[in-house]
Amino acid sequence: MDILITGLLLGGTYALIAMGLNLQYGVARIMNLANGEMLVAGGFAAFWMYTAGQISPFLTIFLLAPLTFVLNWLIYRIMLQPLVKRAKSRGQLETDSILATFGLSFVMVGLMLSVFGGDYFNYSYLARPIVIVGDTFALNRVAAFLAAVVICGALYLWLNHSRAGLSIRAIAVAPDSARLVGINVTHLAALAFGLGGAVTAVGGALLSTYLTLDASTGVIFTLKALIIVIMGGVGDVRGTIIAALLLGIVETLVASLLDPGLTLAAAYTLFILILLFRPQGLCGKKPT
Amino acid sequence: MTGTDIRNLILSAIALGICALLPLSGSGYWLSIGVTIAMFTVLATSWALFSGPTHYISLATAAFFGVGTYVTGLGFETLPFWSLIGIAGVIGAVLAALVGLATLRLSGVYFVIFTLGLAELVRQVITWFQNKSGQKGLYVLTDISEAGIYWMLLSLATAVFLTGWLIGRSRLGFALRIIGDDETVAVHSGINSALSKVLLFMVPGSVAAMTGAILAPRYVYIEPSLAFAPMLSFQVVIMALLGGAGRLWGPLVGVIPFTLLWESISSNFPQQTTLLLGVAFLIIVYALPRGFVGLLDDLRHRTRARMAEGVA
Amino acid sequence: MKRRTALKFAAALALTTSLATGAVCAETIKIGAAAPKTGPLAGGAAVSQWPNVTLWAAQVNERGGLNVGGTMMPVEIIEYDDQTNPGETIKAIQRLATQDEVNFIVSPYGTGLVVAAAPIFARYGYPLIAVSAITDQQPALSKQFPDMFFTLGTTSALAEDTVKILTDMREAGQLGNKIAMVNVADAFGIELADVARGKFNEAGFEIVYDSSYPLGTQDLSPVIKGAKAAAPDAYVAWSYPPDTFALTEQAVIEDLQVQAFYTAVATPFPAFGARFGAAANGVMGPGGVNVDDARFQEYAKAHEAVTGAKPDFWASATTYASLEIFEQSIEAVGLDRKAVADHLRTGTFDTVLGPISFDENNNNQAFWTVGQWQDGVFKGVASRNRDGSVPVILKDGWQ
Repeated sequence: MDILITGLLLGGTYALIAMGLNLQYGVARIMNLANGEMLVAGGFAAFWMYTAGQISPFLTIFLLAPLTFVLNWLIYRIMLQPLVKRAKSRGQLETDSILATFGLSFVMVGLMLSVFGGDYFNYSYLARPIVIVGDTFALNRVAAFLAAVVICGALYLWLNHSRAGLSIRAIAVAPDSARLVGINVTHLAALAFGLGGAVTAVGGALLSTYLTLDASTGVIFTLKALIIVIMGGVGDVRGTIIAALLLGIVETLVASLLDPGLTLAAAYTLFILILLFRPQGLCGKKPT
Repeated sequence: MTGTDIRNLILSAIALGICALLPLSGSGYWLSIGVTIAMFTVLATSWALFSGPTHYISLATAAFFGVGTYVTGLGFETLPFWSLIGIAGVIGAVLAALVGLATLRLSGVYFVIFTLGLAELVRQVITWFQNKSGQKGLYVLTDISEAGIYWMLLSLATAVFLTGWLIGRSRLGFALRIIGDDETVAVHSGINSALSKVLLFMVPGSVAAMTGAILAPRYVYIEPSLAFAPMLSFQVVIMALLGGAGRLWGPLVGVIPFTLLWESISSNFPQQTTLLLGVAFLIIVYALPRGFVGLLDDLRHRTRARMAEGVA
Repeated sequence: MKRRTALKFAAALALTTSLATGAVCAETIKIGAAAPKTGPLAGGAAVSQWPNVTLWAAQVNERGGLNVGGTMMPVEIIEYDDQTNPGETIKAIQRLATQDEVNFIVSPYGTGLVVAAAPIFARYGYPLIAVSAITDQQPALSKQFPDMFFTLGTTSALAEDTVKILTDMREAGQLGNKIAMVNVADAFGIELADVARGKFNEAGFEIVYDSSYPLGTQDLSPVIKGAKAAAPDAYVAWSYPPDTFALTEQAVIEDLQVQAFYTAVATPFPAFGARFGAAANGVMGPGGVNVDDARFQEYAKAHEAVTGAKPDFWASATTYASLEIFEQSIEAVGLDRKAVADHLRTGTFDTVLGPISFDENNNNQAFWTVGQWQDGVFKGVASRNRDGSVPVILKDGWQ
């Protein structure tokens, strides 16, 4: 039970890391290598608000979400849309977006470095034990997990029950046909990209309550997010959630019962096995 | 072999000869840049041999490279250095074959991230073994000089170019071009697409492992976080794509300007190195949509057109 | 005729400018520095490495420079970001030596990067006073690179003294016999854990939990829970910065009751004390300093005034000391690098840490090995040949 809950909590962390990228890649077709930097930037914002003004990260996110949404929307409109227009094929866009967002990630690391310096940053927030069915857990992790549940739940409902959400899913499944039925693909892709960025930044703010970050750590989160999104299947919120939770539980199982030294090895083995047996990821659609 | 082939071969041999003279210039500074260029030329060219025709983007370079450095790190005291390079090459090729067989069913971005996960898995497993065996950090203290490393990399580069040239002329190369254009067509015309891809994937795997083995004495200290740094995989991809992965010499024209640009930014803007590198990437991506190969092609067309005008 | 005059004029102009710039160059001492500003080690370098380079240059120039044979020469720092990439470190050191033609080069940061740069230092005859390179390979390295010096101690000394502190506590009846030990699965952690494991067994301790975790693990609660289940009396973690924070936070949350708690890199960072406040009391880590020493206090004050941040209680002062060593050596024998290297081998240097000299393996024999947070300061509790260590205290809960 202890292992299960610890695993679920870790899975919540992973969902926060990967959910934004799933929206960005699944809908806007941008493999955003600057995803981790956006996460660290969100963490920086929460850190700064907390240390400078004693403002809770759980309040900061309400300010952070609209700001980063606009920022990411602009990034898509200004930087990435020209690439989408220019690309003759899916492969071309993939290549171009890898190059462009790789550059963007460097730019963001450089900016954060000059604004905040290269030092580690962390702060103590809700670092208290909470007892759940007889075992102790960190309150900040539990709180972040609950926030992750709310965010993922809201996204799921919105994607499945709103008009915009349905259109976004239509784009994820068949971008060309979506255009034919009168969906404004460009507009919605920008929306999804902005939303993805906002989710990632909010995730970063929540993670910063228990992880130690610095300006250069973004790449670690990008790698993890890529692995989770692909494992779950591109463009499917459920897939990402399942993959994140699965990864969290497997890592915790291995760490608790086998050897903590093998946690990441186990995670990558799981990832590779899943792809070998389901090449399109857990919930991905078979390519036609 | 046509006349153009012979001319190209002779020109390449001359260019190679000139490159080989670099260490004699006595400038350690240019030699260290030369080593960087040679290393990325080898890695990016061999990467493009596979990824150019198949359009598969592999992020496994760091895995093979790291394995190569460990081969040298573990064996340099007992075995002669040249044999280690060979062993690394064989291990790299075998590993690549296994990966190739496993990844046949993956396409597009799934393959990209699979290779990334694989690189991390290899690193984790090696780290774990190192921990279990109580193996301390590996110090590769040899008397192999930077010039020696440069010449070895240059020979490896020559071998890669020759391999690429031969593949381009062989049935395998032809098959690969068809696979790259349309895999269904390829399968229908009786091409064993799986086998071709696996064979080809062994080239960058083996070459990257050999590069790692050659460079281990330069790094002196071998540890997983440095040997398997994922940044290397990305750098190779970026350089090859900036050059143009569609031609044999494409990565080369990406690596050279890119390394020089990197160097001039690092030396002139030490406070904002990362920021300006990023800006430079973005400018290149937007200004050169088809990489440096595209730029060169455009220039050539323009001069030709102008010459034609001049004649008219 | 006219043209020739113009040419002569131009030549004369060129000559004067080159002489003028030459003269300016001769008046400043160029000091090169290449270390991470980005990449995995940037966080550590931002605390321990860069501020000291800035501080030292500011202080020297405030005094009017270094006294070289009677003339005061200000120092000019040329710095590069090596992006925590050994290939970049090699290029940056090459650049400093051959393009910028600096007089001396500050050691890079982190064992892997320092050792990768050592051959370049050796080739161009630059003495290398390594700080953040902790290794037992010092004899082999100084044999291969005769002008490479070490200041921060050896892996064995760090591990041995930690074991010794715990042994002493046990002899004094303060500590039981059960040890839980974890390490980050990277060269540094593996090396330290390996030495410590042997020493713990030798000292008759029972290691009830022994495990490693990979670099970049995002949840270390299983590691603490596992250790807690084994009911140890002392907890030792050979950890890296992000994990040092994460492990300690988990220990607080799990209320891990041990009499001794040790985490490694970043424990001596001021950020650690700021982060955990009273809960940090009694936490042990590598390094330490004599905080009551007036020299150190003066240094810490200047560090904060010039760079806006507090120094850490381990590598910071040592990094600064390595620059003081350069300073004193240059003032003693001038700018000739060979002479400075020889002087380093034989001289004794008066630094912020006290006197430093190098033995036949180019190793500094006087350094701090174990420190402990006591009332908001990280005090040295064990050292090799250093004065001012304070008695160790028991870890008394996490409040």
